[in-house]
Amino acid sequence: MNAMQIAVALWTLVGKEVRRFTRIWPQTLLPPSITMTMYFIIFGNLIGSRIGPMDGYDYMDFIVPGLIMMAVITNSYSNVASSFFSNKFQRSIEEMMVSPMPNWVILAGFILGGMARGLGVGIIVTGVSLFFTRIDVAHPLLTIGVVVLTAALFATGGFINALLGKKFDDISIVPTFVLTPLTYLGGVFYSISLLPDFWQGVSMLNPILYMVNVFRYGFLGVSDIPVGWALAAICAFITVLFAIALWMLERGKGIRG
Amino acid sequence: MAEPALSIRGLTKVYGNGFHALKGIDLDVQQGDFFALLGPNGAGKSTTLGVVCSLVQKTAGKVSVFGIDIDKDFARAKNNLGVVPQEFNFNQFEKVEDIILAQAGYYGMSHREAKPRAAELLKDLGLWDKRDGSARALSGGMKRRLMIARALIHRPKLLILDEPTAGVDIELRRSMWDYMRRINREEGTTIILTTHYLEEAESLCRNIAIINHGEIVKNTSVRELLGQLNTETFLLDLAEQVSEVPTLDDFQIEKVDSSQLAVSVKRGQRLNDLFSQLSDLGLTVVSMRNRANRLEEMFVSMVEESNAEAAK
Ligand SMILES: Nc1ncnc2c1ncn2[C@@H]1O[C@H](COP(=O)(O)OP(=O)(O)OP(=O)(O)O)[C@@H](O)[C@H]1O
Ligand SMILES: [Mg+2]
Repeated sequence: MNAMQIAVALWTLVGKEVRRFTRIWPQTLLPPSITMTMYFIIFGNLIGSRIGPMDGYDYMDFIVPGLIMMAVITNSYSNVASSFFSNKFQRSIEEMMVSPMPNWVILAGFILGGMARGLGVGIIVTGVSLFFTRIDVAHPLLTIGVVVLTAALFATGGFINALLGKKFDDISIVPTFVLTPLTYLGGVFYSISLLPDFWQGVSMLNPILYMVNVFRYGFLGVSDIPVGWALAAICAFITVLFAIALWMLERGKGIRG
Repeated sequence: MAEPALSIRGLTKVYGNGFHALKGIDLDVQQGDFFALLGPNGAGKSTTLGVVCSLVQKTAGKVSVFGIDIDKDFARAKNNLGVVPQEFNFNQFEKVEDIILAQAGYYGMSHREAKPRAAELLKDLGLWDKRDGSARALSGGMKRRLMIARALIHRPKLLILDEPTAGVDIELRRSMWDYMRRINREEGTTIILTTHYLEEAESLCRNIAIINHGEIVKNTSVRELLGQLNTETFLLDLAEQVSEVPTLDDFQIEKVDSSQLAVSVKRGQRLNDLFSQLSDLGLTVVSMRNRANRLEEMFVSMVEESNAEAAK
């Protein structure tokens, strides 16, 4: 395929992915918006006013970046996981396999689709947060960069999950037992400086902590960790996961008899 | 001579569970041919076609499509291929037309080019009225036609149809046959199909291969195969009831029930002899038909032969 044809194929796939999650918006866009609104009301407003400042910021301002990030992570991941898995399940993945579209285009199409949902929900949550607080963004470019990279990373993870999954349950295991705990423990609701030394050390092993922190740094201008290293680490993770996913696709893992 | 549309050499497939589905298949299908791949359930037809269109990973062997080795440039080979698989493989919740347009996109066809082509195919295959509905709402036969339209969107030179007429009613089947003949004749599309309706293969195809237990047991033209048919069995309905099987010179005869006889007629024997002997016995034949389609008779004997061979 020439570059023009590849662009058409990629555009077709991304368009289809976006149409899928917008068509079923009550399942894809609405629930995270409602959950996040609850967090804002309960933690930010009701309880937050009693907690007092965190790291020197109003508690509401502290949790907004973390909650946006949490929405982006879970939605990017689960969009690709469930969409690709259902393509596999309904065998419509074969439509792509019989076409001359290269595997990297298939992979990129699903990742971009997942990013679109993750970032779309992120924008909705940001919009909702404006009802509760004023948002000032200290470093806009960095903020956008890190959230886009994070969406790409988790969308790629969702893809691998769907390739490995054999039944529908398999695609909810990782979000429930890995992503949610890591996000909750990744400094969304508290600064790790509150923890004893030992648990601070353990927290530093959690990759989501770095993403949340860099993102919060973008908003507030403060961070517990070195920003440059964190960005480099996210890029490295994306490269590795993309390579694994592509290798699995080339080998036909989970899709070809 | 032109490159074959499909050339397969030493194709072997061992599935993950250790099952040898294909045991070194050689097969050529010439350009412009209308070819049937026949064989009983589980013979390896879908596996063979699956390898050709990248749905099954081969274990060993070489496959080329119009001279393009799939191991060297699968993308270019796929551009020449249209595939209608045995099982429905589209998203049931999508709209009929969207399914076809998305497929065009995967081939790199622009929307502007794809839209009129999709309309033409939807009309040809009788799905135009259904284009805005979801695929789930189609009947089984319509779903199969949807897959045919989808396979043709990029004007492939080789069309692969895995049981295209399964579950399609008689009238529709005839109209699908006409359609397939037309694209074979007018557009020069090479067609390979699998089917369990031998009548279909006999009426459509010029060449066939019979596969059994992952091996090709016969690869020849339909005409030649039918020429080898030595015996035909006819069913005769009688006006009278017979209590025992009448004996006839030279003809092998069996009683099916009290008013039906099955007679084997060898090549060179004349039906006139049969009828005159029967009327000498005072029997009246009211109607007569072949017990099986001719190709079917041939097919059954060949598969049995190959099963016996395998049992040795
Ligand atoms: N994914 C798989 N894993 C293991 N064995 C398989 C797999 N797919 C097919 N087989 C086996 O390979 C053999 C050939 O199957 P195939 O689907 O090619 O048969 P077929 O000739 O198309 O039969 P049918 O007429 O029923 O469609 C069968 O014995 C089948 O059980
Ligand atoms: Mg089959």
